[in-house]
Amino acid sequence: MTDTIIDNGVNVGALLDAREALTSAPEAGKFTWEASCKWINGTHSRSTCEAFYGLGEKQSHKQEFTFESDHPEVLAAEDNGATPVELVLVGLASCLTAGVAAVAQRRDIQLKSVKSTLKGSMDLAGILGIDSDIRNGFDGIHVHFEIDADASSDDIRALVAQSQKRSAVFDIVTNPTQVTVEVN
Amino acid sequence: MRTIDCVIVGAGHSGLAASYFLQESGIEHIILERGEIAHSWKNERWDSMRLLTPNHQVRLPGFRYSGDNPDGYLTVAETVKFIEEYAQFINAPVLCNQEVLSVDSNPLGFSIVTNNDEYITPSLVVASGACNLPSFPPCAEKLPESIPSIHPLEYRNPEQLPPGKVLVVGASATGVQLAHEIHTSGKPVILSVAEHVRLPRVYRSKDILWLMETVGILDERYDEIDDLVRARSIPSPQLMGTPDRKTIDLNTLSDMGVQIRGQLMEIRGNEVLFSGSLKNHCELADLKMNRLLKTIDEWINEKGLEAKFDEPERFAETRVEKSPPLTLDLQKENIQSVIWATGFAPDYRWLNLPILDRKGRIRHQAGVAAWPGLYLLGATFMTRRKSTYIHGAEDDAREVCEHLTAYLRKRSVA
Repeated sequence: MTDTIIDNGVNVGALLDAREALTSAPEAGKFTWEASCKWINGTHSRSTCEAFYGLGEKQSHKQEFTFESDHPEVLAAEDNGATPVELVLVGLASCLTAGVAAVAQRRDIQLKSVKSTLKGSMDLAGILGIDSDIRNGFDGIHVHFEIDADASSDDIRALVAQSQKRSAVFDIVTNPTQVTVEVN
Repeated sequence: MRTIDCVIVGAGHSGLAASYFLQESGIEHIILERGEIAHSWKNERWDSMRLLTPNHQVRLPGFRYSGDNPDGYLTVAETVKFIEEYAQFINAPVLCNQEVLSVDSNPLGFSIVTNNDEYITPSLVVASGACNLPSFPPCAEKLPESIPSIHPLEYRNPEQLPPGKVLVVGASATGVQLAHEIHTSGKPVILSVAEHVRLPRVYRSKDILWLMETVGILDERYDEIDDLVRARSIPSPQLMGTPDRKTIDLNTLSDMGVQIRGQLMEIRGNEVLFSGSLKNHCELADLKMNRLLKTIDEWINEKGLEAKFDEPERFAETRVEKSPPLTLDLQKENIQSVIWATGFAPDYRWLNLPILDRKGRIRHQAGVAAWPGLYLLGATFMTRRKSTYIHGAEDDAREVCEHLTAYLRKRSVA
């Protein structure tokens, strides 16, 4: 091990304390995340995230965060924001990246830069109802990481692998989830 | 009703190892056995099963394998014989056909009711095994009733299964061994793979478990490692003990024609859904295996023993189809049976003490349970990583019996 202090800006001590605490009080670990969405016009909508529930009580972000979503002009829309499927890619990228930083901190690996590019491919024949054999969603997601860190290439690969193993969004997109939708 | 200083539940290798050390300390004890010595080995294993550890590693306190095939792997029948011979060798006080029906706390320690007697004891060693009950994923109950499914506890051989394709769920030692055997028998296998442990059977000409013991990995103590909860839940390694010391990993199985799929996540009607994380599960296993091989190489170099071993090598990455199917239509694919190689659980339904965690395991530290006078043996990673293997029982039993002996002495003084 080196004598230099490894700092990726992740408070691993606090995360480990939280893990310890939630092991003995599993109820506190039950979180509910929330988003609210409002239609603006056409395919343009505005979503906000502020409140969430966890540690046994209602919690709140420091401020309300807003996300515009729309479709691009080639799909006959006004392009007021990223498409919803791009927001899914954003979610996956952010989750994996946060995981890389946390795992690196835990393993005493100093990160210099972490960049990723995500590609989600889909055939619009699905959502446009042209071919019912084609699914609506991505037929695959490709993530490419470029990581500069003080570690061997196997150790860097292991960071990314461990990050996938612990990622909520990776789990959400790779595994089935029950979705119930109610109206009014 | 009988009062005795110590009662051991279970006459398997762990219970017998405890008896050895209690005899050494002169602690009066008996072993209550629901059936016969090595009961689970006799009744709850498949026909072709062999130990994962090579014969030269098979030992119990004061006793070791003495046959003429040190590099071989004991069959179930040979394992039973080994354990029976051990019971005889140490003259173990085993009472057979004494099924423990209940254990309750008592002012003197514990009261035990069996099918034909009652006992009072200040100290109790639970050595009733880690693999008494089948463990299934929650979605298992959604499997259509028209498709027969069994757990490895009931599996004996491929002839037991109906003709046609078989879905084997789980890729620990059990899952890969059954997939190998069933596919070889002519019933095509689809194997669902979650997180797993990949190991070569032989590395640099030596058995991998012998290497792991020799370099000290199997001796890692519970209080030395980073994440004990995780270490205790790691699936058994993809190993098989065959006379030709064959490596059985996912590449071996793919080469035979076994189809590899991701973790089984859900069943909807006739459709089985697999996780899209197969590639990462394989990557994790490959990286972890390579870290282990590197540790072994470094140990050999440090000791200057290169001449005694073959050259280092690295094995091909696990091959995963570019886009392995995420669904399986049981009817269309003509799946005729399912094997749930998804793990085992201990059976403590007879233990009326509030000492189980939320997963139903006894809370303990190195076999010393969170209840005065209660001890556990034979679970995964008790005092050391080798606890899972027969030779791991010795150190576990020694430490548990030292604590138990001190506990009884302190108690009798007070």
